[in-house]
Amino acid sequence: MSASSTRTGRARPPIARKAWRPVRAGHGFVAAYCVLLVAFGVVPTVYALKFAFTDAGAHFAGLSNFTSAADDFRFTPALEHVGLYLVFWLISLVVLVVGLSLLLHRMAAQGVSKALRFLYYIPGALAGAASVMVWLFLLDPTVSPVGFLLRAFGYDTFGEVIAPGHLPILFTLIAFWTGAGGWIVVMYGALNNISPDILEAARIDGAGAWQTARSIQIPLLRKWIVYMVILAFAGGTQLFVEPQLLSQASTGVAGRDYSLNQLSYDFAFENNNVNTAAAISVELLVVGLVVAGIFVARSGFFDAD
Amino acid sequence: MQTDTRGPAPAGLTTTGSRAPRLRSRPGRASKRTRLNPLPLLVLLLFLVFFVLPVLWLVLAATKTDDQLVHNNPLSFGSFHALRANWDSLTGFQGDVIFTWLRNSAVYSFLALVITLCVAVPAGYALAMTEFAGRRALLVATLVVMLMPNATLVVPLFLEVNAVHLIGSMWSIILPYAFYPFGVYLTYIYFSTALPRELLDAARLDGCSEFGVFRRVALPLAAPIVALVGFFSFVANWTNYYLPYVMLPQSNQFPVQVGLGTLLDDVPQFNPTVSGLAVHRPELALATLLAITPVLIVFLFSQRFLVAGMLAGATKD
Repeated sequence: MSASSTRTGRARPPIARKAWRPVRAGHGFVAAYCVLLVAFGVVPTVYALKFAFTDAGAHFAGLSNFTSAADDFRFTPALEHVGLYLVFWLISLVVLVVGLSLLLHRMAAQGVSKALRFLYYIPGALAGAASVMVWLFLLDPTVSPVGFLLRAFGYDTFGEVIAPGHLPILFTLIAFWTGAGGWIVVMYGALNNISPDILEAARIDGAGAWQTARSIQIPLLRKWIVYMVILAFAGGTQLFVEPQLLSQASTGVAGRDYSLNQLSYDFAFENNNVNTAAAISVELLVVGLVVAGIFVARSGFFDAD
Repeated sequence: MQTDTRGPAPAGLTTTGSRAPRLRSRPGRASKRTRLNPLPLLVLLLFLVFFVLPVLWLVLAATKTDDQLVHNNPLSFGSFHALRANWDSLTGFQGDVIFTWLRNSAVYSFLALVITLCVAVPAGYALAMTEFAGRRALLVATLVVMLMPNATLVVPLFLEVNAVHLIGSMWSIILPYAFYPFGVYLTYIYFSTALPRELLDAARLDGCSEFGVFRRVALPLAAPIVALVGFFSFVANWTNYYLPYVMLPQSNQFPVQVGLGTLLDDVPQFNPTVSGLAVHRPELALATLLAITPVLIVFLFSQRFLVAGMLAGATKD
């Protein structure tokens, strides 16, 4: 940057006007992306809508696929499971990620802070099936390194630990364990983007750590927090691999047809009913869009534009 | 299109370095906060245990026999002999299939990553720094698709891919992976906050073409975001489970994530119906370790970029 600014420095005086965004240049840059967007974003969405509103014979079916999904005995429980899981997951994510990032950012020892961020992030490498494997072990009192904790709570067998009522908490643990570190890296970076002058001014004005965090850092982080919540929400509604593998590991006792995605999968590939499967997909899609829309509209997420 | 995504990285790194004096917060802050409050430290250490203990346990579990796993101290080291035995049984499972899975994961993730970078970085740049018909619409569409839980599209994607007879082809997952609106959005955010438009205008006045501006000015400054997007994309591809689970029916096409599920099915403690060649728990632990190693390595390489990428937004409006 320094090199290019010296090189172009002499050209600066004439451009006092804020002339940016030249016309016509962009299409070439976005062409390839647009192709992928259509092929793997638009077309599947259209497919989902098409299948959701037609029957097996490709005739218009109105809302019958939606009602048959809603009438399925597994549907309402799955909805409740995912909803409860999202509540736990989002609250823990926002509170703990922001809190930990602030603590890490305040740390005097930069090396320690950096090392901690790296160590917190490590479970991110185990996202997906690997994290479930680890947690299957951790939740089995016979082999778990925290078996004493599990027993202290009164759970002596794997089956007791993965009782259906515990699953939202357990999935939150898994999701937080794998996901939080990455968000801490992002939040920490966003904290670093806050001008040191502002923090310095606050310090001179006598603001303590708590006040600085509450009045300056968290408001300036808002955009990133909202961003995190949207993506975590989107990810949370997708819940699939955790209950799917848990159901494998408990021979179908816990986690079978637990989430909406599993239900959609079962409709498509077990019951051979892609139309009802598509109807569930469309519902998940609409929920995601509505929530995202509310966040986008209320958070000023597009302020940068 | 530009394919040389790795080239500018060193240039970007030195750029960040030369800019370091502007980030004067660090040394200043360090000297100010010398008094130590034990509570935050305690919290941080507690979470350290939470995040690291399971990984540590996993590493140690791979060195034990199943019997040791149950009866020895959970954080004790087994033996190299047991590790060797676990390795032999694991690689013996369906004749080296674990290596096939790992190679599959590598091929899928890497190809998708290359396409993602070639597609997403120019697109994010154009959305942030240029004006064209439909820019706003494309931006909104990107945000929308990015927020759309991509697993909701797995079933429709299956129908689409099935219609063009690509089920079982590796492109049935590589191309959907390569479509990465999150990467476009990250790039967009980065350029629109961190790249001074005056710089681009200056290059244009100096006679740079639009592509030249991108290639010579924007891209060298984008090294941190290229690393960030590449990193997130690789991790997302490597750890994806649902899409390959649906798209690739053959065991020898599985990525390692789906392979782990196959192994899990053969662990008698989790699936009592297993008969014949059982997979022991330490072997499953070892397989899990193998499955995560590449992502860990990539993270080690990307770490400096991760922070540099976020730091780079030091523009003043």
